[in-house]
Amino acid sequence: MISLAGRDIMHAWGKFVFTGVGLGLLIGITLSMAGIYRGMVDDGKALLDNSGADLWVVQKDTLGPYAEPSSIYDDVWRGIRSIPGVARTANVTYLTMQVRQGERDVRTMVTGVTAGEPGTPGWPPYLVAGRQITRGHYEAVADIASGFKLGDRLQIRRNQYIVVGLTRRMVSSGGDPMVFIPLKDAQEAQFLKDNDAIRQQRRRTTANPAFNRPQVPGLLDAVIASQSINPYVNAVLVQIAAGHDVDEVAASIRRWKRLTVHTRSQMEVILIGKLIATSAKQIAMFLVILSVVSSAIVAFIIYTLTLGKIREIAVLKLIGTKNRTIIGLIMQQSIALGLIGFVVGKITATLLMAPIFPKYVLLEPLDSILGFVAVVVICILASIIAIRAALKVDPAEAIGG
Amino acid sequence: MVGKGIHIEGLKKRYGSGDTAVEALKNVDMEVAPGEVVGLIGPSGSGKSTLLKCLGAVIEPTAGRMILGDEVIYNNGWKVTDLRALRRDKIGFIFQAPYLIPFLDVTDNVALLPMLAGKPNAEARQRARELFKDLDMEHRAKAMPSQLSGGEQQRVAIARGLVNRPPVILADEPTAPLDSERALAVIRILNDMARKFETAIIVVTHDEKIIPTFKRIYNIRDGVTYEEAGEGRDFELKYK
Repeated sequence: MISLAGRDIMHAWGKFVFTGVGLGLLIGITLSMAGIYRGMVDDGKALLDNSGADLWVVQKDTLGPYAEPSSIYDDVWRGIRSIPGVARTANVTYLTMQVRQGERDVRTMVTGVTAGEPGTPGWPPYLVAGRQITRGHYEAVADIASGFKLGDRLQIRRNQYIVVGLTRRMVSSGGDPMVFIPLKDAQEAQFLKDNDAIRQQRRRTTANPAFNRPQVPGLLDAVIASQSINPYVNAVLVQIAAGHDVDEVAASIRRWKRLTVHTRSQMEVILIGKLIATSAKQIAMFLVILSVVSSAIVAFIIYTLTLGKIREIAVLKLIGTKNRTIIGLIMQQSIALGLIGFVVGKITATLLMAPIFPKYVLLEPLDSILGFVAVVVICILASIIAIRAALKVDPAEAIGG
Repeated sequence: MVGKGIHIEGLKKRYGSGDTAVEALKNVDMEVAPGEVVGLIGPSGSGKSTLLKCLGAVIEPTAGRMILGDEVIYNNGWKVTDLRALRRDKIGFIFQAPYLIPFLDVTDNVALLPMLAGKPNAEARQRARELFKDLDMEHRAKAMPSQLSGGEQQRVAIARGLVNRPPVILADEPTAPLDSERALAVIRILNDMARKFETAIIVVTHDEKIIPTFKRIYNIRDGVTYEEAGEGRDFELKYK
């Protein structure tokens, strides 16, 4: 038996291909949306992976340092380091801000890393160009996605930094490229006020009789001095010594330091389940809408194609064609349309859309397989309306009168 | 295939019920021998199409008896379970317009029927090609329907009606869209094929050009058939 669907498609291949291309663009957008969601999740995981930490010690009862503000003293790490099972600790600060370079500025996550060596928690684990930060001030390592180059001068608050190294896939959970600078500089940048604000603060402190007591000389100077430093960091990153249980060490830190400690799995829940939850829901809604639109388009196209063949279908039924042959004709055309659409969509998403999206688009093979299955299922479902119309055709319609 | 033609006795068809019931066929008797071509004429609304649909096993009569070939297909109820297979294997249809499948070439338009009946593709196509020889259509075997003239399309439709060697062919105004020359050519083909394959053919027509060619005519008026002798005028025309 010949393939009626195949012959029909070959007879009007131009119409089919153009319709498939149109559908493919829609499928491409759908796959890209899924890729954006995967990219967001991957950004979150990359942030955790690249921090090199097993535990994140943050301000008590907060979901810091990424999902909520967290502030702890910068000497807490010493006490944590002394807890059994802790191999390394490092202070870290995170500050999302616009970093200026010449005439342009780039949204980045400025990360303050403690002095140390490669492998220290918080440090970029690898570089693609240049070197790591070796000086205590005014050097920076930037993610290549920021567009900065080696030797570029970056303006962060009032200070200038020279880019000495470039890294890759070091991004915040929002996809902003990271710029690493020395911890002390980052602490200063986080709380640095402008000169007017500093003068205003000093005036207020001086006018406050509680701080400006004639009987206590030096008190006012001490208070003003304390206001000009920032002894806080956002978190302490902890690496666990080999052979120790992460949860046990985390429990010890919680018990003795009275701080909140998040493990890697807890951080994933916070980042994916809370921080990007709203974005994920939005993308899910887009996926649903795009799937419904795709279904409607396929259903409409197949229905229209079927209506155009009503007389032929009546003749086919009159000359004894079985219903399953007619169902096969319509369903195969619908699936063929979906296959053309999927191939075009996959190529569009991979080669055209992913490279130009500002956000990281991660197209996973499993998502493609699921997308393919979804397209086939949608096409089968979409052909039902046309099949119902075809099965309702009375073979008597072929006979006049 | 040697058939036994068409035999219809007291065929009735009523549409609706109660006060709104319409008796489309009141009492139809017909006899068409194998190899014979008869005309079925009558004014609009007389019941021609209803009779054709009953004979074509598309609608169910209300009462009566129908024998197609050597099989009683209706005797106050269907006597065959698979009407679709009956239509495919025992009845050939030729329509007012050719209604060829536009995405199949001429050969596959004809070969489709045997293929639907389960014949291998090669055998089905061979049958189609043999018919094209008889219909002088060999040179157009690979053409698409859109590339054929109206007369050629109707000849392909005739080949499709004949390809399964049915004992019966029902032709519904097969010459309506054709000019006199082509219309007479089609009738000539039908007569030749009826004789060659011993097929009983009923031609429903309003076409004044072809009515004189029938030896026997059934005139249907108000759902009742009346047999009349036709002129049986002979004609010699080449197929166009």
